[in-house]
Amino acid sequence: MERDDIIEYSLDAHHDEEHGKKIRATIWKVTAILTAITVLEVMLGVYIKQGSGAWPFVKWSFIILTLLKAAYIVLVFMHLGDERKSLKYVILVPYILFMVYLIFICLMEALKIGNTWMTYGG
Amino acid sequence: MAGHATKEIDAATLWGGKISPFSTSYGKLMMWFFLVSDALTFGGLLVAYGFTRHDAQDAWPIGEETFNSLPFLGHGYPLMYVALMTFILIVSSVTMVLAVEAGHRMDKRGVVKWMIATIIGGFFFVGSQAWEWYHFIHGSEFGKVELADGSQAIVKGHFGEIENFEVIEAGHHHKKGEKITEDLMHEFQHAAAGGHINGGVITLHDGTKAMINKKADEHMELIVKKDGKKYSVGDRIEGKDAEKMYYDAIYGGTANKVIYGANLEQNEYGPQQYGQFFFFITGFHGFHVFSGVIINIIIMIGVVMGIYHKRGHYEMVEKTGLYWHFVDLVWVFVFTFFYLV
Repeated sequence: MERDDIIEYSLDAHHDEEHGKKIRATIWKVTAILTAITVLEVMLGVYIKQGSGAWPFVKWSFIILTLLKAAYIVLVFMHLGDERKSLKYVILVPYILFMVYLIFICLMEALKIGNTWMTYGG
Repeated sequence: MAGHATKEIDAATLWGGKISPFSTSYGKLMMWFFLVSDALTFGGLLVAYGFTRHDAQDAWPIGEETFNSLPFLGHGYPLMYVALMTFILIVSSVTMVLAVEAGHRMDKRGVVKWMIATIIGGFFFVGSQAWEWYHFIHGSEFGKVELADGSQAIVKGHFGEIENFEVIEAGHHHKKGEKITEDLMHEFQHAAAGGHINGGVITLHDGTKAMINKKADEHMELIVKKDGKKYSVGDRIEGKDAEKMYYDAIYGGTANKVIYGANLEQNEYGPQQYGQFFFFITGFHGFHVFSGVIINIIIMIGVVMGIYHKRGHYEMVEKTGLYWHFVDLVWVFVFTFFYLV
């Protein structure tokens, strides 16, 4: 029996000129966003000194802006946003879970070790 | 399998088992798996950097103080150069995604055009990184100085040019009264680090003793980075006091009072591990960029030869594109955690 159940997949390897125009518009839009974020980050870095009152806020802004940039690169430039949901989550979820865990455990440990040195000398 | 067929799929896309998991080709899925593993490597390196930074006792270097030079223009441009490097890499990522888009329209000329742009951007980035390393290794003109109370400070300001060394005691290569004008900065830093400058008199390799004729420094500022008996981290000393303390230290005839630039054992910017992480992480990333450029060149040759056009799709360009975007993605994080935070 001939299988007719396997042809629902597609590479999406082709599109026409009209569709291409739309895709290119998105690409340029994302380029502008990424550039604007980078300029903003550099301005914050140059004008607000580390250790000033606004610094903790700036530091977290850097991290959030970086994650935003990363999201645009992965989802738009790498087209992961256009892939199937299942693929998207197979790539992203285990990685993010593991990294969040690793960052948490390592930075906590490092702060404790730092405090121990500070307290008992070395 | 559930669902109805929505689009035709060519036999070439199906895997050996006549099925396409996640509706992707085998090559693309494997590229994604490889990128996840590579991302784990970079994630591990950056977390290790964060670990070291959080348990360090001395002040960690601040990006805008450490990286403030531009080619041909000298110092005083905080973060401008890395911002430019970041922009170059983002633009080359854009040209890559445009090459992929052109591939989807089977526009061979478009693919070639945008891939050439990507390769040029990649070379610019690698070249920028070489300059950045050169500058990091050679360091500033002042270096990091250990003051009389045992504290350590980095130095900002404009270093007065050395005009010449006037020989007052002949050595193997120089006669008394001769004015040496070559290789001044290199000799000066070498002698300062080795403790061969006493008062204003420098002793060169060949035993020559000479007076240092140097223009005055301007706007000198010491920023303390390691606690001493008198000064603690974050203290700033300016003007005449700064100049006196700086030259007392490096003209005192004692070795290791000043560190210039960086190597794997010490650096003028901060803790020893900072230099090591800088070299390893930016080096590992630079190696990725370099391999990315090589892979792009190989694939572009394939495009020019028409291999992918005959195949009916430009998926190869898409796969090398994934790798290239990944390199850009890693840089976004390196940029934040090495230069900004």
